[in-house]
Order: sequence, then C-alpha cells, then structure tokens
Amino acid sequence: MSEATATNIVAEQFDDIEQQHDAAKLGMWVFLATEVLFFGGLFLSYTVYRFLNPEAFAAASRHTEVILGGANTAVLLFSSTLMALAVRASKMGRQRHLVILLLATALFGIFFMGIKAFEYYKDITNHLVPGANFQWHETNRGAAELFWWLYWAMTGLHAIHVTIGIVVMLVLALLAHRRRFENGNYMTIEIVGLYWHFVDIVWVFLFPLLYLAGHR
Amino acid sequence: MERIHSPKFYWKNCAALMGLLALTWGMGYVNLGVFNLVVALFISFAKTLLIVLFFMHLRGSTRLLHLAAVTGLLWLFLMLALTLGDYFSRGWVATPR
Repeated sequence: MSEATATNIVAEQFDDIEQQHDAAKLGMWVFLATEVLFFGGLFLSYTVYRFLNPEAFAAASRHTEVILGGANTAVLLFSSTLMALAVRASKMGRQRHLVILLLATALFGIFFMGIKAFEYYKDITNHLVPGANFQWHETNRGAAELFWWLYWAMTGLHAIHVTIGIVVMLVLALLAHRRRFENGNYMTIEIVGLYWHFVDIVWVFLFPLLYLAGHR
Repeated sequence: MERIHSPKFYWKNCAALMGLLALTWGMGYVNLGVFNLVVALFISFAKTLLIVLFFMHLRGSTRLLHLAAVTGLLWLFLMLALTLGDYFSRGWVATPR
C-alpha cells in the first residue's frame, strides 16, 4: 500500500493505520462484552428457573420445533462462514467478491428469519405464547409458561440482532458496490463481521438450551 | 498488513462447526440425565472457541483484544456465580424469625 492512500483513511487522532485498526477492533470487542452481559441477564434468568423447575423446563422444551431450530443453527453457521470470506475478500481488495459475499451473508440471514417466522407461527397456533391464550395440558403450568416467556424473550432479542445485522449487511453491500472499501479501507467490514459472528455464538447457546433442554 | 487465510481454512472451520452441531443435535436424543446439559454446554463452548479464534481472528490478535474478550466472559461468570451462589445456598441456614 502506498503512503498516500494509507494516510487518506487514517483519522487525525491516530499515528498510523495499524493503530486505527487496533482501536476500532478494541471498541468492537468492548461493545461485544456489553452484549454478552445484555444476553447474560436472560441466560441467568433461564439458569435460575431451570434449576428451580428442571422437569417442567424439560417438558416445555419438548414442545419446541427442534427441526426448525436445528436447521436454523446450520443456516447461521453457514452465514458466518460467508461473512468470514467477505472480510477476507475485503482485505484482498476484491470488491466484486465482497459485494457478492455480503449479499450472500444477508441472504442466509433472511433465510434464518424466514424459518424463525414460520416457527413462531407454529408456536402461536400451538398456543405457546404466555398470557391469556397459553394452553398447557401437562403438570406444572406456571413453570412451563416461564420457559415460554424466556423462549420468546431470548429468541426475540436474538432475532432483533439478526435483523439489524441483515440491514447493515445490505447497506455495506451497496457501499461496497460504490467502491467505498477500496485501498485497504476494510475496517468497517471486519468490525461488522465481528458483530455477525457474535450473533451466531448467541444462537449456538440458545439452540441446546431451548430446544434440547429435555432429551427427546 | 494482517495475515490472509485461504478459503479452505474457513470452510474447514465451517465443516467442524457443522459436525459439532450434528453431535449436539444427536446427543439431544440420548438420555444422559444431567449430563445432557453438561455435554451440550461443552459442545457449545467448543463451537464458540472455533468461531472466536478463527472467524473472529482472536488467534493472532493483540494481547489487548485477548484481554477485552476474556473480560466479557469474566463479568458474565461473576454475574452467574454470585446470583447462583445466592439461589443454591438458600435454606442452608435457618433464618431466625
């Protein structure tokens, strides 16, 4: 990289591009640490209530759509792989590859949301939404309803994160199409990649905890 | 300039993650009692490690980033440990009325 192009993208407060990259990545990792605690509160509630009602949680978990949940895990892991490849393309300066990979990443994110929407539809028709219309024909209704509260809160918060990720990915694809990430200006792509991988990790824990709490 | 891996590097990681997913899913149909949870969490942490080290490139990053990543986990651990310490130990000692 020539001196001239490198200095163009370095902000005033940084000595060089490397320092700027380190600062950006540190900022994102600190943000992700706050996200760990954001989701952590829900995981904590889940742990406490499952500890207090192990049988009810196992029984309630058997009513989740395990095939859809499992398929969605694969979809998200695949999307993460495409994102890692997008960051790679961006570092190598392959702009066309970058656009395609960002769109593919977003597409699998949309695929995830589609499956999730179908799953929510099935949960709703099965009366598994806590509240007045919640129907439960086994013992421990209260604890089962608690499980479903946590199911909706945890998958809902995760779905919001996926939606934000999809929108950001589509905007980045448009910007990449307009050649905004040329000349080694790949930091934005890498930062958003970190976010996308984090969202993937959250689901990696949600899948066994919500769908496989009781063996099938 | 950072090191650039081959696409094969990422696809291998993807295959490992899919393998671990199949393992978690399969174990869901085997009754191991409380160990179902232990095995499931162990696999989830293994997947997290693969994603964090290779997709998020924590491997080969600066010490500062390692510290930031570990700090997130440390605070989560503190929150879980202190709260669960309370819930687990309730009723151990009779409270005077």
